[in-house]
Amino acid sequence: MATTREIRRRIRSIKNTAQITKAMQMVAASKMRKAQQRAIEGRPYQNLFQEIVQSLIPQAGQLRHPLLQARPIQKEAVFVIGTDKGLCGPLNTNLLREIQKRHNPNHRYVSMGKKVRNYLALLKGNQGENLLLADFELKDNLSFREAKRIGNFLIEKYLNKEIDAISIAYSHFVNPLVQHPIYRRIAPISQVELTKKDNTQETAPENFVPFNFEPSPEELLDNILPFYIHLEIYQSILDNLASEHSARMVAMKSATENAKSLLQDLSLEYNKARQESITKEILEISTAHYAIG
Amino acid sequence: MSFTLQLVTPEGVTLSEEVEQVTLPGIDGEMGIYANHEPLITQIVPGELSYTKNGGKKFYLAIGEGFVKITAKDVSILVDMALREEEIEEKKVEEAIARAQAAIKQKLLGEEELAATQAMLLKSMAQLKVKRRRHGTGAPPITPS
Repeated sequence: MATTREIRRRIRSIKNTAQITKAMQMVAASKMRKAQQRAIEGRPYQNLFQEIVQSLIPQAGQLRHPLLQARPIQKEAVFVIGTDKGLCGPLNTNLLREIQKRHNPNHRYVSMGKKVRNYLALLKGNQGENLLLADFELKDNLSFREAKRIGNFLIEKYLNKEIDAISIAYSHFVNPLVQHPIYRRIAPISQVELTKKDNTQETAPENFVPFNFEPSPEELLDNILPFYIHLEIYQSILDNLASEHSARMVAMKSATENAKSLLQDLSLEYNKARQESITKEILEISTAHYAIG
Repeated sequence: MSFTLQLVTPEGVTLSEEVEQVTLPGIDGEMGIYANHEPLITQIVPGELSYTKNGGKKFYLAIGEGFVKITAKDVSILVDMALREEEIEEKKVEEAIARAQAAIKQKLLGEEELAATQAMLLKSMAQLKVKRRRHGTGAPPITPS
């Protein structure tokens, strides 16, 4: 049986840990809400973007931009978004398992977040070359401009034919308790994806306006297509941030609960030990009393 | 006659107002737009946007690159950055310009990076132009070389 002092020390340390996990849970909850909020704030941009693209495509004639042209895929670049910090449950593990499933020595990786970077940096190709091309810094307050930098990096590699396709892998936020790893292709851009109508924003055909274009619709389309990639990247990063913080929130919540049940057990044990020592003391006194008689 | 001016960035809707007139940095130079403009989709470059509200009050914003959709009744602008005058921190912008110019001078950058830096420089100068207007000092006579 542990002494009361030992038990007291353990109780104190668990109490402190529970306080910390509780605080982390609250911080994660507020950060999750912020990330979700920002994803929602991006929606008007997305809608307007689609509106413009939809008026452009019918006018542009032959779609000749390389971003729209599928070619035989030999090398694929995968942009993997993870987290910098741990303590977020199985989020990174699930994502990396998905990556592993689809892994192929011809893939090239671009990472965001230390946890996935450390894993991807270990991957080697057939000739022993490194498969990680670049690592971008993860920030909570990531701006669109930074997403654009990643997009431009990938698009440049695509246009130079260093890679033939761009995919993106991240944890999709379903609800605060559920996050799914997602792995999807963003380039070459499928035309279906590009002209996909948002059901909430159905524009009536009588509202159709014959637009003039300046410069030509082809040129405009060429210039607007990279923004599709940037936007996908930006939204995926925000989605992943919401997932990270919700996963951390849940992990910290269960840690706090575990600490609480541990505390209950320990205080029971503590009371028992205390009672035992009191009983022992009384016993000793009364024995002594009898002995002296 | 007024029309609706909407300015959206990926970070949110910066502006949604009834205005009388708007001036945009178009790809072929500045363009002024009034109500009942013919329907047009065009590209805009980093620069200064100004609009006049009913009653003649003029407002300025610094915007990044993007696209604009114009119809008779509204103007919707899609840009990657938009800053109101009061949001621009002059000192920060000046530092950004100095850094970008130093980088360009050193010629240490690759071609792609050079283009990116020049784009940044253009944006920073657009911000500064909007800010300085109020102080009456005018934009600095610098152009990216």
